[in-house]
Amino acid sequence: MQHYLDHAATTPLRPEARGAWLAASETVGNASSTHGAGQDARRLLEESRERAAAVLGCDPIEVVFTSGGTESINLAVQGLWHARAAGTDAIVMPDAEHHATVDTVEALLADGAILRPVPVRPTAAIDASAFAARLPGAALATALIANNETGTINDAPALASAAAAARVPLHLDAVSALGHVPLSFRGLRGDAPDAAGLVAMSVAGHKIGAPVGVGALVTARTARLAAMLRGGAQQRGLRAGTQDVAGAAAFAVALELAEAEREAENSRLQTMRDRLIDGIRQRVPQAELLGDPRERLPGNAHLLFPGAVGESLLFLLDMAGIAVSTGSACQAGVAEPSHVVMAMGRSEQDARSVLRFSLGRTSSDDDIDAVLAAIADAYSRASGSGSAERS
Amino acid sequence: MSGGVDSAVAAARAVEAGHDVVGVHLALSRAGGTLRTGSRGCCTIEDALDARRAADLLGIPFYVWDFSERFREDVIADFVSEYQAGRTPNPCMRCNEKIKFAALLERAIELGFDAVCTGHYATLIPTDAGLELHRAADNAKDQSYVLGVLTAEQLAHTYFPLGTTPSKAVVRVEAAERGLTVAQKPDSHDICFIPDGDTRGWLAEKVGTATGEIVDRTGEIVGSHEGAHAFTVGQRRGLKLGVPAADGKPRFVLEVRPVSNTVVVGPKEALAIREISGERFSWAGAAPLESEFECEVQIRAHAEPEPARAFVSPEGVRVEPHQPLNGVAPGQTAVLYVGTRVLGQFTIDRTVSAVPVDA
Repeated sequence: MQHYLDHAATTPLRPEARGAWLAASETVGNASSTHGAGQDARRLLEESRERAAAVLGCDPIEVVFTSGGTESINLAVQGLWHARAAGTDAIVMPDAEHHATVDTVEALLADGAILRPVPVRPTAAIDASAFAARLPGAALATALIANNETGTINDAPALASAAAAARVPLHLDAVSALGHVPLSFRGLRGDAPDAAGLVAMSVAGHKIGAPVGVGALVTARTARLAAMLRGGAQQRGLRAGTQDVAGAAAFAVALELAEAEREAENSRLQTMRDRLIDGIRQRVPQAELLGDPRERLPGNAHLLFPGAVGESLLFLLDMAGIAVSTGSACQAGVAEPSHVVMAMGRSEQDARSVLRFSLGRTSSDDDIDAVLAAIADAYSRASGSGSAERS
Repeated sequence: MSGGVDSAVAAARAVEAGHDVVGVHLALSRAGGTLRTGSRGCCTIEDALDARRAADLLGIPFYVWDFSERFREDVIADFVSEYQAGRTPNPCMRCNEKIKFAALLERAIELGFDAVCTGHYATLIPTDAGLELHRAADNAKDQSYVLGVLTAEQLAHTYFPLGTTPSKAVVRVEAAERGLTVAQKPDSHDICFIPDGDTRGWLAEKVGTATGEIVDRTGEIVGSHEGAHAFTVGQRRGLKLGVPAADGKPRFVLEVRPVSNTVVVGPKEALAIREISGERFSWAGAAPLESEFECEVQIRAHAEPEPARAFVSPEGVRVEPHQPLNGVAPGQTAVLYVGTRVLGQFTIDRTVSAVPVDA
């Protein structure tokens, strides 16, 4: 029996999205072609764009389909940077952003960008007043709506208002928030001035049951954004390349379902998640919940297991058929402790002792029971190997 | 599983022998490159991918475990401080001692495993007195020297499926037959954390440069250098001596004195060593019963074993080779053998020249 508790990494494809995806894949036609086949493809694409826009609270023209979260974030951050107002050179970025943002901003430092980092609270929540204080005169700002590792939900309306007041263009990374946090691009943007305030918002399909390979950047009509990919005038000239009609169709279906189920699903996940957290802490009293206990994604349980090696915990749970994440970005050969956990004021040692359990659509009480049955033994073994320091 | 052919075939044989095998790739460097270049270095992302693909083919789970912190402290920092102390360390040996058969083995046992299985070429033979460590069947590939540092306790949790293989060629053929993509991957030779092979340049970067004197055995200054750590006993190249030797013969590094940043040079004959000793020692299996015995001593991974007499006391081990040894540097490990069997090892602290200074 496999217990999948890594929905934040990717969540199973929804059958309805699969159906829409396959049906669209079997229809020939390039949405940019002018013949009948092309027109059929274009019709499905634009219908999908309209359905996505309805869920995301924006105009259809503001939905730019991409290959996923990383591309959306790159397009937003690089695009805003290269089209920045003359005389601006600062990028406002909190310390606990996703690597897609962190690495993109770091690359722009070589292009003359000046980083204005924003410290986060011990929960990884962005301090909205510190964020606001760094905005004046900045070229752009970027922030997570919900933290992908620790699940803490930020005060996105406050961040968007601050950016609008400072007349700085803001990108919000909504990849982890999608499907769980109510998102209205229009509502968050409010009456911000042209090309300032919330101008771009990234989302990805595979976090809500669409296939991997489709996402979107919601881009305000007035946003000043330079394209990264060139070669065609598709999607307002912001994203050249043959448009992925099938991906867009599947994404639209998944977005509608996720939004329709959101409140009931959040409450179901939260009940299971709280039982998971309580159960773990009963069995491993040393375990500590990271992130904000209330303002957090309903399926996220991010726990510190003091003295345990995260890799060992992951291994032992995996052997028990339980899939979780250490949350660290460990590429082979290049191991790094989580910068998010470090930004929360934890030690490097602590950063190596965390596990992220994330629940989703297919999670059930059986999954929680499996973790609770395995966790005490896993902890005792994984901390034994961790404490056998020097010989 | 390093991503090389040996560990892949070792894993395959372990699976075939019916063991419950999990593949582990050690992440030892935080600055690993992306692609490998020739036979140099390891720990690139490509190596990890090769290991993963081998595990996929064998149908075993595969994990990358981060030991970079331990590796940095126990192997890299040790390597630097040994050179700074004028000694010549063997980092592969230190890695076996502290990482592969210590940190990794400890973790493996905590997690419920019985043994660490590697692609090393060496043999374990069970006897009434416990396990004995022996040379591999293929003398050319024998790696028992770098395993000489393992203790009886470590050997009891170790498995070397390649030790009895007649040659590396057999392993490559076997890898190809099994469809392992690493079958023709070149062997790695260099120190893994110095991927360009430039140990001197790497050391200079780590410890900086400092001009010092090169003197002969009478104390006369014959040249200068940019840092004593860059020299190793027995070295001839790179001395750039301004004053030629009286007899015109080439001169070799005889001694490195890190405190005064001085390098001592002299004729080849002066490299001959009649006695070596050290305080840090271990036995690869049961300790010898006698305090004095005949054996062979090997002082480098690819040196010939030389007949010698060993003297063991609680304070350390002293070895007198029957014929003087050449190119012995403090810091090197002396591994003692009887025939193919590894008895144990010590780190050389002190050497006694066979040729007096005024000879």
